[in-house]
Amino acid sequence: MKYKSQAVAMPYFIAAIGLFVAQIVFGLILGMQYVVGDFLFPEIPFNVARMVHTNLLIVWLLFGFMGAAYYMVPEESETELFSPRLALAMFWVFLIAGALTIIGYLTVDYATLAKYTGNDILATMGREFLEQPLLTKIGIVVVALVFLFNITMTVLKGRKTAISVVLLLGLWGLAIFFLFSFYNPTNLVLDKYYWWWVVHLWVEGVWELIMAALLAFVLIKVTGVDREVIEKWLYVIIALALVTGIIGTGHHYYWIGTPEYWQWWGSIFSALEPIPFFAMTVFAFNMVNRRRREHPNKAAVLWALGTGVMAFLGAGVWGFLHTLAPVNYYTHGSQITAAHGHMAFYGAYVMVVITIISYAMPILRGRACNSPKAQVLEMWSFWLMTIAMVFITLFLTAAGILQVWLQRVAEEPMSFMAVQDQVALFYWMREWSGVVFFIGLLAYVASFFVKGKEQPAGA
Amino acid sequence: MRAACPPLPAPRTPPTLAGDLAIWIFILAELLAFGVFFIAYAFARANNPELFAAEQLALNRDAGAINTLLLLTASYFVVRAVHAAEAGQSRHGARWLVAALGCAAGFVAIKIGEYAAAFSAGISLSSSTFHMFYLSLTFFHFMHVLLGMVILGALWLNARRGLYGPHNMNGIESGAAYWHMVDLVWLILFPLVYVIR
Repeated sequence: MKYKSQAVAMPYFIAAIGLFVAQIVFGLILGMQYVVGDFLFPEIPFNVARMVHTNLLIVWLLFGFMGAAYYMVPEESETELFSPRLALAMFWVFLIAGALTIIGYLTVDYATLAKYTGNDILATMGREFLEQPLLTKIGIVVVALVFLFNITMTVLKGRKTAISVVLLLGLWGLAIFFLFSFYNPTNLVLDKYYWWWVVHLWVEGVWELIMAALLAFVLIKVTGVDREVIEKWLYVIIALALVTGIIGTGHHYYWIGTPEYWQWWGSIFSALEPIPFFAMTVFAFNMVNRRRREHPNKAAVLWALGTGVMAFLGAGVWGFLHTLAPVNYYTHGSQITAAHGHMAFYGAYVMVVITIISYAMPILRGRACNSPKAQVLEMWSFWLMTIAMVFITLFLTAAGILQVWLQRVAEEPMSFMAVQDQVALFYWMREWSGVVFFIGLLAYVASFFVKGKEQPAGA
Repeated sequence: MRAACPPLPAPRTPPTLAGDLAIWIFILAELLAFGVFFIAYAFARANNPELFAAEQLALNRDAGAINTLLLLTASYFVVRAVHAAEAGQSRHGARWLVAALGCAAGFVAIKIGEYAAAFSAGISLSSSTFHMFYLSLTFFHFMHVLLGMVILGALWLNARRGLYGPHNMNGIESGAAYWHMVDLVWLILFPLVYVIR
């Protein structure tokens, strides 16, 4: 580790992995509830399990992004972090606020939680992914602002690189667009319209900038390719992401009461959204092929290549599948969406966070890379999780196609719940793939505890 | 005695790309975006030829034609600026860039007039499929003209300081390539939306 203050990244990474495990546990509960409806009822109802599963994902990715920023920014800026103590304080604030929120979800019913947390003062709750109580939302804003202040000051006092500028742009965008979660018009169309400004402009806008910056950082470190070359790619990727992603928001505006032109705008621009992801794939492989050194951390290189491929498949290809308005007319809000959501989040954001953790964690623990034994286990976890996710996606896609057919295309369409029974076989197979994913995740966690001959730092 | 060897061919210089590779990737992505838009237009038109033909007639073709001339002239001025820079006369090239910016400003003024007339006639994105395409395509292009002007402005600032020369052409060539893209797209857009029936 080049700068002492980079060490604050470690608790963020540990918390991220811990919450990741919890997220998958709730994923398994949820998957079971798809086929055994009253599983764990009334302790954990379906809607609560779903809320916890998705909220945990977002929170642990945020932990991952913050940890990544605290690790990368001092090294990029060639200076110590502005305030490591502030970073550590915010870690505890965020962790405790997050834990209290989850406990709130699990112990009181949602309406009571809303009553006790000031939802009658400013109603922001009850919307998918933005279910957090008002207090938690305010907490997120405070943590984000302090975090941004900390890393922005670090960048300002040190060297400015393309990577840190793009990362800052992405993180500031993340904070700014989150503010729309406080805006909750009573008109349902307007509500959804601005809701997507958080959800879409995060994952198909500013998060892509964060992802590209993280990937570029790790690629510079593990390949030794000139910074100039990597930065040029970075600029092209973010330009493509913004050109396609911003107006691409329109692909969420079909059939919800917005003007018809969104069908054209959404279709045209979002059809191009795979391009930045494809550029990232080409970027990762190209840089690794042109590498000037053999980095001993093979696992990190594997994750970096993996995120390039899986993000393109999950976000790019599976997104394109149902992005055109005439197709989406049938597939809107079906299991096809769930298939896309799973692989896109895993491929783009889960894997890129694991990439940086995989690269940085050994260094934070005082060595260049983990022992070969630990790396082999980590690579096993890569393949187990990735292949399991491919199967989850394929089974959900099959379920989705069947669902669309039975529910919306067939001569005598069936009701939603009747169709759910028909596709149960695919839900079972998805659940078993989930179990394999969980085993992969346990292997990943175990890889941190495998000893063996290690290379000292600086090697 | 051996026959004299044929003269060696002149050493070939590898083909070089004017401007930066990154700007070309960006230009290709832009062209792809417009290309998809044009294809969508073609599909929509094929489904509704009468509506498209009728509403197309109401467009101001004279304004479109003048704008075509303005963009082409701007492109010519940009070429002169690049040649001046290549000849080591960066400051001289700056004047050509001002001329190009003037033409671009003329385009913007005429376009704003066209939009004002359209909006006062009640044309909007939702008034018809043709109007949706007319407004979207021209506005998308309009934004590119504005970006092109920002780029030309940056080139002008640098050229005025004598930054460009035979050994430093990357910036001005990249900017010029972008401007020509803006021009090229209009050369397809104008006949497609305003003229062809």
